[in-house]
This record gives sequence, C-alpha cells and structure tokens, in this order.
Amino acid sequence: MIIEHSRITLIQGDIIAVPANGIQYGELAVVRSKRKTSLAQVIRLRGDEVFLQVFAGSRGVATGDQVRFLGHPMQVAFGDDMLGRVFNGSGDPIDDGPDLKSLPRLDIGGPSVNPVRRVIPRGFIETRVPMIDVFNPLVESQKLPIFAAAGEPYNQLLARIGIRADADVVILGGIGIKFDEYLKFRIAFERAGVSPRTIMFIHTASDPVVERLLVPDMALAVAEQFGVRGKRVLVLLTDMTAFADAMKEIAISMDQVPSNLGYPGSLYSDLAARYEKAVDFEGAGSITILAVTTMPGDDVTHPVPDNTGYITEGQFYLKKGVIEPFGSLSRLKQLVIGKVTREDHGYIMNSMIRLFAKSRDVEQKLAMGFEKTAEDERYLKYGQLFYERFMDLEVDIGINEALDLGWETLKECFTPDEVGIKQEFIDRYWPKASA
Amino acid sequence: MNGPLVTAEVIRDQEVIMNEVAYVIWNGTPLKSEVIRIRGRLVDIQVFESTTGLKVGDEVNFSQELLSATLGPGILGQIYDGLQNPLNMLENSQGFFLKRGQYVNSLDHTNKWDFTPSAARGDHVKAGHYLGYVPEGIFQHHIVVPLSYVGVGKIVEIAAQGSYTIRDPIAVLRNEDGEHFSVTMEQKWPVKIPIRTYKERLLPSRPLLTQCRLIDVFFPLAEGGTACIPGPFGAGKTVLQQIISRYAEADIVIIVACGERAGEVVETIREFPELEDPKTGKSLMDRTVIICNTSSMPVAAREASIYTGITIGEYFRQIGMKVLLLADSTSRWAQALRESSARMEEIPGEEAFPAYLESRIAALYERAGLVKLYNETTGSLTIVGNVSPAGGNFEEPVTQNTLKVVGAFYGLSRSRSDQRRYPAIDPLISWSLYLRQLEESLCERHPNWIDLVEEAQSLLYRGSEVHQMMLVVGEEGVSVDDLVVYLKADAVDAICLQQDAFDKIERATSKERQVSDFLLLMDMVHHPFSFESKEQAKKEMTNIQNIFFQMKYAPFQQEAYQNYRKEIKAILGKGVSPE
Repeated sequence: MIIEHSRITLIQGDIIAVPANGIQYGELAVVRSKRKTSLAQVIRLRGDEVFLQVFAGSRGVATGDQVRFLGHPMQVAFGDDMLGRVFNGSGDPIDDGPDLKSLPRLDIGGPSVNPVRRVIPRGFIETRVPMIDVFNPLVESQKLPIFAAAGEPYNQLLARIGIRADADVVILGGIGIKFDEYLKFRIAFERAGVSPRTIMFIHTASDPVVERLLVPDMALAVAEQFGVRGKRVLVLLTDMTAFADAMKEIAISMDQVPSNLGYPGSLYSDLAARYEKAVDFEGAGSITILAVTTMPGDDVTHPVPDNTGYITEGQFYLKKGVIEPFGSLSRLKQLVIGKVTREDHGYIMNSMIRLFAKSRDVEQKLAMGFEKTAEDERYLKYGQLFYERFMDLEVDIGINEALDLGWETLKECFTPDEVGIKQEFIDRYWPKASA
Repeated sequence: MNGPLVTAEVIRDQEVIMNEVAYVIWNGTPLKSEVIRIRGRLVDIQVFESTTGLKVGDEVNFSQELLSATLGPGILGQIYDGLQNPLNMLENSQGFFLKRGQYVNSLDHTNKWDFTPSAARGDHVKAGHYLGYVPEGIFQHHIVVPLSYVGVGKIVEIAAQGSYTIRDPIAVLRNEDGEHFSVTMEQKWPVKIPIRTYKERLLPSRPLLTQCRLIDVFFPLAEGGTACIPGPFGAGKTVLQQIISRYAEADIVIIVACGERAGEVVETIREFPELEDPKTGKSLMDRTVIICNTSSMPVAAREASIYTGITIGEYFRQIGMKVLLLADSTSRWAQALRESSARMEEIPGEEAFPAYLESRIAALYERAGLVKLYNETTGSLTIVGNVSPAGGNFEEPVTQNTLKVVGAFYGLSRSRSDQRRYPAIDPLISWSLYLRQLEESLCERHPNWIDLVEEAQSLLYRGSEVHQMMLVVGEEGVSVDDLVVYLKADAVDAICLQQDAFDKIERATSKERQVSDFLLLMDMVHHPFSFESKEQAKKEMTNIQNIFFQMKYAPFQQEAYQNYRKEIKAILGKGVSPE
C-alpha cells in the first residue's frame, strides 16, 4: 500500500515533518518537488507526525510537495553484477553501465554478528607497502584507520592498497570526497586493471550531506554479503571524519544535546556499528576495513580520531607523506608475524625499528651541534636507506622481498652483533659476502 | 519514537512499574524493553533491540516484572549477551547474525543435577539460607532459599538426594501465615537491586592476588574491594584485564565486555576453554562467566549488561564464593546512560552526561564487598572497572566520579606504554587505599612489608625527580649519589614493575615468589654502594640489574633461580631477605 501525503508541516535543516499514520520507524520515502526528487528516511515518529531526513537536502522543498512512503527501510542492490560499477550515495549507478533494477535488494545497517560465530583472525593481507607488510601487517578482518592531517596523500595510499592488496573484492566508500579524488581513484583502478573486482560508492563533497551517512552502510552491507559467500573483502573508506561531521549536522538540526565539540553522544556507538562489521566468518569469508580519518588540526585527541582509536585494532599515522613507524600499530600483527609470514619476520621488524629509532636520535643529536662520529655516520646512512627502501610510498615490493631487502640493508650498515638478532637467524639469513 | 526510545500510552488504571520489562510487538515478534520513565499515561520505554520497522499504534505488553537475571546451577562457563541470552544457543538457531526478538532460556532446564540436601524438614529458614548443594565443575553449588523470599519459612518438605532439573521443586516452605512456597534451583533477581541477604558486610582485610607484581606488591587489591583502570587507547587496558582474568586467585571470574571490540571477546571465548586453570587443572572456562555486549550490539542493552554481571557476581558471593568481576569498559556503560538521557531530553550535566552519573557509578561499585553469610562463612565480590577516558584525559567526568568511589586506582599512561614498560600502570600517579587497610594480612609476608613497599614507592618518586633533572642538565649535572638513586629506581622498575605478559614464567608471579624477589630487591635498594665514578656506577648497576633480570625468567626455586640468587646475595651481603 503506497500512501501519498502533501502537507509538510516542518522544514528545519534537512529534516521535514509530515502528518501520517501507520509509518514504520526507519522507513524510506520519496519526496517529490518541482525541481527534484529525493529519498528520505523516517528518523522519528511522534503521534501522527513523521520526521524525515531528506537525503538530497531540504533546499527547494515546498510545504505542498508530495511525500510517498515506500514501506521498507533503505536498501542496496546486491549481486556479482555490481563488480566494476560506481554508485552514488543513494545507491544508484553513476557510470554508464546498465541499471541494476533486477538485482535482489538488501536492507542496510543489518544486525551484528554473533561473537561466538567469529574466529580469531589468522589471515595475512599483503599490501605490497613495506611499512604495512613488514612493520604493521594488515590482518584479515582487522579494522584499521589511517590518521592523517588534511593535505596528506591518504587517498593515493588507499588507491595503491586497493590496487595491490591481496583480496577477492575491494569496495571503496568515498564520503564527502572531492570529485577530482573520485576520478583519480577511478583512473587508478582502471589503469591497474583491477576495476572488475572493485565496487565504488561515491559521495562527493557537493552531494547532499545526508547521503554521506549511507555510504559506509551500503558499502558494508554489500561487503557482508560477499563475505558470507566466502569472499575475502577489503573495504576502503575515506573519510570517516566527514561521516562523523554529517552525523553532527543532523544531530544538531534534530535539537539533540551535543556531548563533545558538537558531536552527538552516540558518536562512539555510531562509529563502532560500522567498524564492527569487520569480521572473519567461521567457515566463510572475511571483511577487512581500512578507513581514512582526517585529524582536524592534526590533533589525535579530537573526538573523531579519539573515539576511532578506542574502536579499531591499531592505527596508521600518515605524516609528511610517509607512514610513521612510531605510533602506528597493528594490534593483531602477532597473529600472523612469523606464523603466516616468514619465520624471520618478527626479528627483522624489531631490529630494524630499534635501529631506525637510534638513527633518529643521532639526527637529533647532530642537530643540537654535537660532533659526528664514525658510528653516527653509519646510523645516518641506515636512516637514509630505510627511508628510501621502506618508507617511501612509491616502493612496491612483496613481503618476502621486503624481508630480504631488510637483511641486505642491515648488512650494508651494521655487523651481525650490532643488530641484536638471535644467532640462529643470523646464520640462516645474513646475506653472504658477495650477495 | 526516537531511536531506541519508544513512548507508549497505557490504558487508564493499568499499573506500570518503573524499570519493568515490557515487550513492544513488531510484526508479531516481541522486542524486549525496559520502562525508564512514566509521565501520566505516557510511558517511556527503552527497547533493547533495533526499532526499525516499528509503527505508531503498535502494541506494547507489560510483564509486571523487573528486568531480572536468572540464577542457579549452569551459569558457569556460559557466554551471555547483555540480557543473559546464551550466545551459544542463539548460534544454533540464528546463523552468523544476531536477529531481533530472539530470547532463549538463560539456563538449561533439561540438564539434571545431583542434589544433596543439607537442611532438614522442620528447619526455619530465611532468604539466602542453604538448603543443599549440587556439584558443578570444581565447586559445590549451594542451593539457597530464594533471595526474594520474604520472612521466615518452615521447611515442610525437602527433596531426597537425587537428580533434579533446575525447575523441579526441591523444597516446600510454609511461612507464618501458613502459605506454601515451592523452591526450585532456578531463581530470578532484579538486576538493578543489590542482593543484601547476608549477616553483615565486613571490612576487606585480605588481598586478592592477581599475580601481577605491580598490583600485588605496590598497589594491592583487596578481596571485596574495588579498583579502576583508566587509560588512553593503546595503553594496554584490555591486555591487563585479560591477564588478571587468567591468573587472579579468585574462585569465579565474571568478564563483562561492555561496548568493546568483538575481537577481544572472541579471543577470550576461543582461548579460555583451552587454557588450564593453574589452581585446579581444569579449563579456565569452568570458573568463568562472560557477558558481552560488544560495541555494535544495541546500546540500550549495554547499560543492562554490567548490572546483569554484578547480579550474577552477588549470587555467587551469596553461596560463599570469592568472585572477581572485570568490566571493560565502564565508560561505554556511562555513554549508554548518556545516550538514553539525551533521548529523554533531560538537562545534561558535564560533557552531556546526565546529572545522576555520579550516583549511578557510586551505586555500581558499592555492590562490591566482603560479606559474612548466615552460616558464618564469607563470600566476596571484587569489582575492577576499566575506564576509557576521552583523549586519555583523566579529568573527564567518568574517571573522576569513579576515582571518588574506588579503593585502588591503576592509571595507565601513554608514555609508559610507548616505552614498552608493561603493564603500563604509572606508579607515580596510581594509588591503593588497601595497602594500609590490609596491613595485618600483608605483614605476614614480612614484619616490615608496608614500610618496605612505601620505601620503594618513594624511591620511584626520587628516581623520577633525578631523571627530570638529567633531562635538563644532562648526566654531567647530577651527583654520583643522585645517579645511583636514579639507577636503583630504574632497576626496581625493570625488575619488579615490568612484567612480560608473553613469557610462561614471567606472566604470573606467585605470592611466595613475590615476597622472596621483592625482599631481595629491597636489599639491593638498601645496599650502600660506593662508586668512584658515574661510569663505574652505571656498569655495576647494569650488571646487578641484569642478574635480577635473568632471574625473573628462571622457574621459582629451581637450580638456575637459586644460582642467580646466590650471585646477587654475594654482591649485596646480609639484608632483610632470608638466606
């Protein structure tokens, strides 16, 4: 039964209210005005008054416009035909491909996974970015944010991981990104020939704010279905701070009491509901989430990165164009290091980081005007090589190659007794004289 | 209707109880909810599930019962959600996802238990008196007169020894008015009301050993006491709680995973059944109850989850157990309060938390305690709550209000965790009121135990002062004596405070070993080293620290351990530690 209503009693921010009966909480409606047609979602019911959040924004909505309730919550299409396609924040295709009306549709924002049906993560996802693979490996079903200040090349990094990562399906959710950035992602994926395994949900900065809220849910609902069907899915989201800001905007126009810097008190739960979709299904596939969180004012104690840090399993800091080795952390790394990856992985990781820390100390010492010793020279050389061979985001090598390069680099700068690695491994892996 | 908050209108004259359970009917499926405010005929109800699809005009049923936990044999080893639905049972019927409106019995009522009566016909009993017991795992699970039983009853019938389900009547009581009441092993108790059917509450006077040296030696936790562990993300709160949950010397451990990552619960769920309880040799799961409302599960049920855990804890205390409850994290619980308060449009307090935050936190921790039961034995409930302060800033309301009511504070610091000094409890800001309170019991370890601990604490302060000074003026700017203070403090930190959670020997330290190692360490602290130069001081202190360090990884009292000990004694000579 489809009911039409044409008496809007309130328009405030992107919220409208219409009198109607028998409407379900969370139901979807179509608002048709002279200039445009938009979807809207029921976010509050009060007696016979229904409050809706208009996805395309309330600008231009007239009090006499028609509101038609659809009788179901927000849905997204699902099927293999989605691979290689691009959708907007309402889930409609925005590329030139055929429409997907025939595909089955599923509700977004579904229930959470029963914790007893999860398994302890154990799969390693190779990204061919050595700072990730070697020092903070990504584990299947992990949720990790990339903390970065504005202007850092986080989208390039994300695109690179989307291209190289060892996953069956890659889903990109662009939230409030610049149109140019979207084009860059698309071109990068097409050039690399990975489009056939990629699905994009793109909400650009000029699109209506409310649609931002839908992007992660749609991306994750689709990911979940692929996961249940045994696929290893990697979901890339950029930028979750824009998502949180959209929530703030809606909450405030709904007269909700803000808790911290204007964000709603439910910020933690709202973010967690998305990140917790990352899962390793017992006997099926998995969902891994990598999400950019820009830090306003480069401040990690800002409510968005702060709440994110409590939810996710570690974080990557992107600073001055490189992944910062200190502070970045993959909490699940010990589940794969040396178990799934090569046995020397853990030793190389610790030793290289410790020596790099020392090389930073040497740099600082020299900057303060102390004399340079021969030993300092070697540490400086090591720091330089480390930067060029590992930290530079252009570097594209697999994990075993990176480990070999690690041994090589150690050998070029140090003697075996300086690196603090078990003799057994030195014997096995230290590059021989002419290598 | 607004998020999980639903307002219902009741028919005139219908009685509604505050906090009673109501069911909102969604397409024929009842969704469990709780009454949280009554205004005339309008009743505000918090739904414990997603409210998507509900309509104005949908029906609400009131149960006339408060939100309750089901108590009895069979709780141990279970994994519950915040409303005490066993997740394993949901697994069988639900597949990967948790569907709405599915409620399963908390306890298996088909399983038979071997009941042995301990009371006799004609006995006069009150709520909380023992009627008999059943063996459950490694314990004797006492069956008590229902805690909600009012007045004195006379046993007119009691079951003979034999097998019964938890729903079979095992006794019949008659009260003064001649009314009969049939007792089963299963009983219910409203989660938000403390259980008080014991003789008296006692002052906690015995330590609860966690086998974490920093806690046991420096900031002891009392059996029946409370503690909080606040810390920024990534400082190791959860790892610390996991360690405590494994090695603490409690009879029963209840883990409440409240609004935290599902992944962490999974580790516990998957690993505990395989881990062996060092005390009993059985699986750790046999002494554990897990209640999990992870961060993506409905927020409204999160508030209930901690109360459910505490009620189960109080029940086990009632049957004479030493119970430890770990809640991770109380901040998420406070946030759940904040969310429901905001929806009810209450006037917010600090950081939008409701004004009653303080009293709720206080009431929560006050449910811990050591009690003397009617049969003169004791039971205890110890509560350790994690706090996740926003931005790692301890000034925020949840941390501050918690500090007012707990007996011990284990503050984790980012700087210690960055230096990989685990557990990252900062000894300079942490405190325990129990150190003095437990004096009698602790001094059994050594007559001067308290003084020695305080001496070590003050050494850490002085060491930190010297360290600060060295950061400004460099090592050259401090005297040899000051440097030695710093080196000694650093040694105490490295040897006693830091504990390797991943080493088989190191991860748990028994009481005997703690005493023996700490006394030896204090000999080192007391030793009047005289060094010619700073280089010599550093060299020799490094040497002795290294021997101590090697000793940490040697099995207690075995040959290697004894050899290291002799080596240290040879350097230090006579002291407080036994030969």
